Amino acid sequence: MAHAAAETHPPIQHHYTTTGLDNRKVAIWMFIGSECMLFASLISTYLIYKGKSLVGPMPHEAWTNPQTGQTFKAILNIPVTSISTFVLLMSSFAMVMALAAIENRRKPRPANPGFWWKVENSSKLWLLMTCIMGATFLGFQAYEFTSFVHEGLTIRRNLFGSSFFTLTGFHGAHVTAGVIWLGTLLAIDMKRGLQPKDAVWVDIAALYWHFVDVVWIAIFTLVYLIQ
Amino acid sequence: MAHEHAGHDNPDHAHEHPTWKQYRWVALILTVITALEVWAYYMPKLVASPFFVPLLLIMSAVKFAIVVMFYMHLKYDHRLFRALFTGPLTIAMATLIGLLFLLARSAAYIRA
Repeated sequence: MAHAAAETHPPIQHHYTTTGLDNRKVAIWMFIGSECMLFASLISTYLIYKGKSLVGPMPHEAWTNPQTGQTFKAILNIPVTSISTFVLLMSSFAMVMALAAIENRRKPRPANPGFWWKVENSSKLWLLMTCIMGATFLGFQAYEFTSFVHEGLTIRRNLFGSSFFTLTGFHGAHVTAGVIWLGTLLAIDMKRGLQPKDAVWVDIAALYWHFVDVVWIAIFTLVYLIQ
Repeated sequence: MAHEHAGHDNPDHAHEHPTWKQYRWVALILTVITALEVWAYYMPKLVASPFFVPLLLIMSAVKFAIVVMFYMHLKYDHRLFRALFTGPLTIAMATLIGLLFLLARSAAYIRA
């Protein structure tokens, strides 16, 4: 009976739940919900320890060691972080453009597509730009971490260092995973071309990427700007 | 060159997504708000005022909401997705605020 039933039904082409929703999208939203709680715990830890470090360097003010007289300047570099924030925000823009380009392949191609039509509909270009901007953000973070260590702030130095490196390090790990994920999508697009039927796969990667972006929006304000 | 996106075949994509023109506007608004945040940081009088922190939090919340609504399409998607995001987000925010109140109170108690 089971064999007969299997033979009469066509192979499953989609992954809908009883809600009528694609289970991959339900899963990514549940994952993002759980990630909200992870980052809230990390941000809470940072805020609870904020201003409680006994030794410098401090985030926004200079600190002089009373025993040695050594002075540490304020450690956070707002201009550099502002640029990296801008880069990450623009990577989200590139990501929605990549998804839009793939979804728009359902539409017939115009007889004489202009230059801007080709640019707007090039998923490869937008995916590549997203990857590059994600990698650029990581480069900025690597530069920031390195300069902090050279200036005397390590993860073991004080409460600020521990909570700061843990929070931004976790975020950086998420960006790294996102860049790898988008890189695989770009490789698939280069190899066989992403089609509208693949849009859900790109959509869930995009949701993850935008989530990483909104987490940084919160971190940038709470960690870098609020003194 | 504003293009309407075709709706997906899937029911969760039944609604229209923003147009490219809207995406560009969203990117511009995000850039402007970020520039305002950084500008506020370098205004000593504003930093010293009691409005500085609420102002930054509001601007950050606006950016957060814009990205979630337009780039993550939550404004247009199924309400279950909205619930799956806002539910945990509300719990996370409540936990964060609760912890801050709790530990700020205990720190004040220890100091006293």
